[in-house]
Amino acid sequence: MTTQVDTLPEPVRTPPRATRPFYWSIRRELWENRSLYIAPLAAAAVTLFGFAIGDIWLLRRMSALDQERRSFAVGHYDLAALVIMLTMLLAGVFYCLGALHGERRDRSILFWKSLPVSDLTTVLAKASVPLVILPLLGFIIIVATQLIMLMMSTALLLLNGISATALWVEGPLSAMSLVQLYCLAVLALWYAPFGGWLLLVSGSARRAVFLWAFLPPLAVCVIEKTAFGTTNVAAFLIHRLAGGYDEAFTTRAEGASQLATLDPVRYLSSPDLWIGLAITAAFLATAVWLRRRREPI
Amino acid sequence: MACIEARGLRKSFGATIALDGIDLRVEEGRILGLIGPNGAGKSTALNAILGLTSYQGTLKVLGRDPWTERDQLMCDVCFIADVAVMPRWMRVSQALDYVAGVHPRFDRAKAEGFLAKTIIKRSSKIRELSKGMVTQLHLALVMAIDAKLLVLDEPTLGLDLLYRKQFYDTLLNDYFDGSRTIVVTTHQVEEIQDILTDVMFLNRGRIVLDCSMADFETRYVEVMARPEHVAAARALKPLHERQVFGRSILLFDRADRDQLAGFGEVRTPSIADLFVAMIGGQAAETQGAAP
Repeated sequence: MTTQVDTLPEPVRTPPRATRPFYWSIRRELWENRSLYIAPLAAAAVTLFGFAIGDIWLLRRMSALDQERRSFAVGHYDLAALVIMLTMLLAGVFYCLGALHGERRDRSILFWKSLPVSDLTTVLAKASVPLVILPLLGFIIIVATQLIMLMMSTALLLLNGISATALWVEGPLSAMSLVQLYCLAVLALWYAPFGGWLLLVSGSARRAVFLWAFLPPLAVCVIEKTAFGTTNVAAFLIHRLAGGYDEAFTTRAEGASQLATLDPVRYLSSPDLWIGLAITAAFLATAVWLRRRREPI
Repeated sequence: MACIEARGLRKSFGATIALDGIDLRVEEGRILGLIGPNGAGKSTALNAILGLTSYQGTLKVLGRDPWTERDQLMCDVCFIADVAVMPRWMRVSQALDYVAGVHPRFDRAKAEGFLAKTIIKRSSKIRELSKGMVTQLHLALVMAIDAKLLVLDEPTLGLDLLYRKQFYDTLLNDYFDGSRTIVVTTHQVEEIQDILTDVMFLNRGRIVLDCSMADFETRYVEVMARPEHVAAARALKPLHERQVFGRSILLFDRADRDQLAGFGEVRTPSIADLFVAMIGGQAAETQGAAP
């Protein structure tokens, strides 16, 4: 009689599938923060609504669309872009403040950390939302809004038997879009340190994230002014807030949103830009370090 | 290779010592129950194993250092904390998409199969699900992952009886296959007594009991002594004595069963009985409770 030794067969493991943690981390951010695209879409809708009313008003008193009126309409295109950009900026600020705080507050960080996604991937995905995704999204929304405005104006002219060729040929759209894309890239890179700072505060503060983000820099300015009578920190911050435009365009004169005034070489060789990006990297590295250690609130 | 191996694992928060240098070895294919009063260090130990907290001493989980290699480790380790950690804004379909997108060992069809047995809709947001349903969802996600170690920290907290029973039944029938390792902490000890292969008691950051269930059943014995034999039973130095309906129940470690049988009805104590016997007195001191 032979004895058989029962051995359990080695269970077959599922072969690992290819994954895209960075891509899905960004998708996850957009699922959670729908205001990132709803807010600029709402801003676009508001602008378009105003523009439509303006067009109808124009239609009633229009004998001919003179040059002045046409440039008036172009001004609206810039305004639409500005409104959408400002909305995105605000949406971006609130996104950054919540990005690393919300997951600790609702304890979902324990769920995210139970998956094979590193803290570096997570923080980089969150940082790329204001630095890459929002500017691109903003550009698409701005161009779409301006196209709709152009079509509305075209329809208006055609309804009155006036040729709309001038609007399309002389029209500012293609050059303007390029300028706007450049503007968005300049802003995203120039404001990157602020995004990094907000993410860092979001990852470290237990509560009152908004106050932690804005009061300490203010306090430093106040201390410097009262203690030494100087305003270096304030000047530095103001330069970081407003200086990007001077670096990126040759002139600040009226009508500066012309293609010829773009100066990407000077902007990219500006030490201030690279100092800012280095600061951003330091902030983000600290945010990664913090995410590894921080517990749910 | 042991699934979990710790030597001198220590963690303190300021002056509070959460883990006081514990040694721990969990072999592959075991189901370990980690039992302890509140603040005993259970969660800290689990957090260390999961790479969620730093520690002193050495700790290897599946051969990796959890603190420095958490993301790689999570390819082979799954974790269910209590029910509140699934993100409330997420839709069920998004949870499936996301886990499928980031986890190399997730079998989406399997997860869909588990979900089909529940009434959870793909389009529901997690905030719209009941506590029990969120746990079902999390369990469906976790069971569809071909992991080597599953860590459960109070997984059935706040669930009703039916969900709790179903949770462990599903886990045993559809998941555990003898090669996976499960570590579970819970206060509802009686629910897991029958599924454990090993039990460990933790109190004030130290391990006070570490034995297999087979050892448990041979080592510990309880006798409901008839009144005339109580004094004789006490002479054998029981670990603990309690009164039920006026009868004395005495719990012994490594006693002679035949001898005890002469005093009254003999049986194997439950884990909960032994827990109270070993830790009840000490815990009452620390918690300042009346005896």
